[in-house]
Amino acid sequence: MAVEQGKPQAALRGTNHAQLRPDKVVDARGAYCPGPLMELIKAIKAQPVGSVVEVWSSDQGSSKDIPEWVKKASHELVYVVEESGYWRIAVRKGH
Amino acid sequence: MVRVFGRKRVVILGGGPGGTMVANHLARRFNGSLTGDRVEIVQITACTKHTYQPGFLFVALGDAPLEHFERDQASLLLPGIRLVVDPAESIDPQAGHVITESGAVYAYDYLIIATGSYPDPSAVPGLAQGALGFYTAEDAVRLREALGRFEKGRIVLTVDVPHKCPVAPLEMVLSLDAYFRRMGRRHDVELVYTYPINRVHSLPQVAEWAQAEFERREIRWETFFNVDRVDPEQRVVYSAEGGEYPYDLLISVPPHRGAPVVAASGLGDEQGFVPTDRYTLRGAGLENVYVVGDATNLPVSKAGSTAHYEADIVADNVAAAIAGEPALRRYDGKVFCFIEAGDDRGTYIEFSYTRPPRPAPASVMLHQFKMAYNEMYWLSARGVL
Repeated sequence: MAVEQGKPQAALRGTNHAQLRPDKVVDARGAYCPGPLMELIKAIKAQPVGSVVEVWSSDQGSSKDIPEWVKKASHELVYVVEESGYWRIAVRKGH
Repeated sequence: MVRVFGRKRVVILGGGPGGTMVANHLARRFNGSLTGDRVEIVQITACTKHTYQPGFLFVALGDAPLEHFERDQASLLLPGIRLVVDPAESIDPQAGHVITESGAVYAYDYLIIATGSYPDPSAVPGLAQGALGFYTAEDAVRLREALGRFEKGRIVLTVDVPHKCPVAPLEMVLSLDAYFRRMGRRHDVELVYTYPINRVHSLPQVAEWAQAEFERREIRWETFFNVDRVDPEQRVVYSAEGGEYPYDLLISVPPHRGAPVVAASGLGDEQGFVPTDRYTLRGAGLENVYVVGDATNLPVSKAGSTAHYEADIVADNVAAAIAGEPALRRYDGKVFCFIEAGDDRGTYIEFSYTRPPRPAPASVMLHQFKMAYNEMYWLSARGVL
């Protein structure tokens, strides 16, 4: 069962992530270089505004790095969900 | 020596490190028994030359001529491999054939897609007009000329996503620092390095090392800088995050795309990279098709060493399949990268899907080893090293 973790939980409020279907899923588990955030940026750039990209990362640092970039780049963090050994992080392209 | 039942043709698309290594590894596995009536290896490429791309850094900084890093492709292939210099225009996986620019049709039993990645400055408004690069031979030569004329001012280096050789931007800015100090003009030049995420390299360990180098060498840096547009008239680069830098010389690593033949054949993702199984390296949903090097969509570094390790796996598995045996080898995500630190020092990182990298302390010895590998690369291309 998915465990919703600490700080990013605010992003989960009002979002039924179990029912939300991302437009694109990027499996970046095991990616050290260029890494999950770079894979997310690559995917976001190729998607239309309003679409949701879900990235899978086995690096705990992603649960901090990705929300930080999302805020800086004015996109929307939809949810951060901890699965067994990896994180699913969804971002809606804002512009 | 591999026993073969019936005639088989392996077609390899691409004449870079991945395609060339697969061709030569396969030829070695058949122990020189390549004949048209048993096993045929056909390599299709767009160019008669083979270029060692890590050499572009040294070309741009005037340390070596471009010709030093070039060989005739034919000279790198083992006897029996058929070289076709005729760009592939389309792949039809259902029919099992490739069509080239001249209209020739090459049927295959096994196809290796090793078509690489290419910088695309046209993807960012103003970038092609406003920036120089060092990721192609032509760009490296142009940058060498521009650096030779550059007297004083601000040099800004930008990095876009995705791009090959993730350590090259760091190598460039560190080497520029050494270059201008060697010329006695470092105090006239401000160096600014920018990076798309919240540190100066995607690997935290490398970022920590590089940031200390930047502080020591007075290289300015800005993170969270994804290039949105360039104004070539006013000489200003703008980021999607709201940042901007006026520049006197802009050096960019543009976003990369897969080869046109991949997109034209409908086999790529949004950026033209082929969806690929991360362990078997088979093209997703494709029969008897493998993908090697930058052409994959895998979340690993687009680097020569990645292609090198993958080529070994694919050659073994294709040879096994031709022999009617199970294909047992799996790629573990292994990557090895030297990192030039300037001042005749270097370091390296090695990692896989499950093993994080730990950079070694930069040293003269590691730089010398990198210099030696620049010469030994041709043995790797031939499948020896």
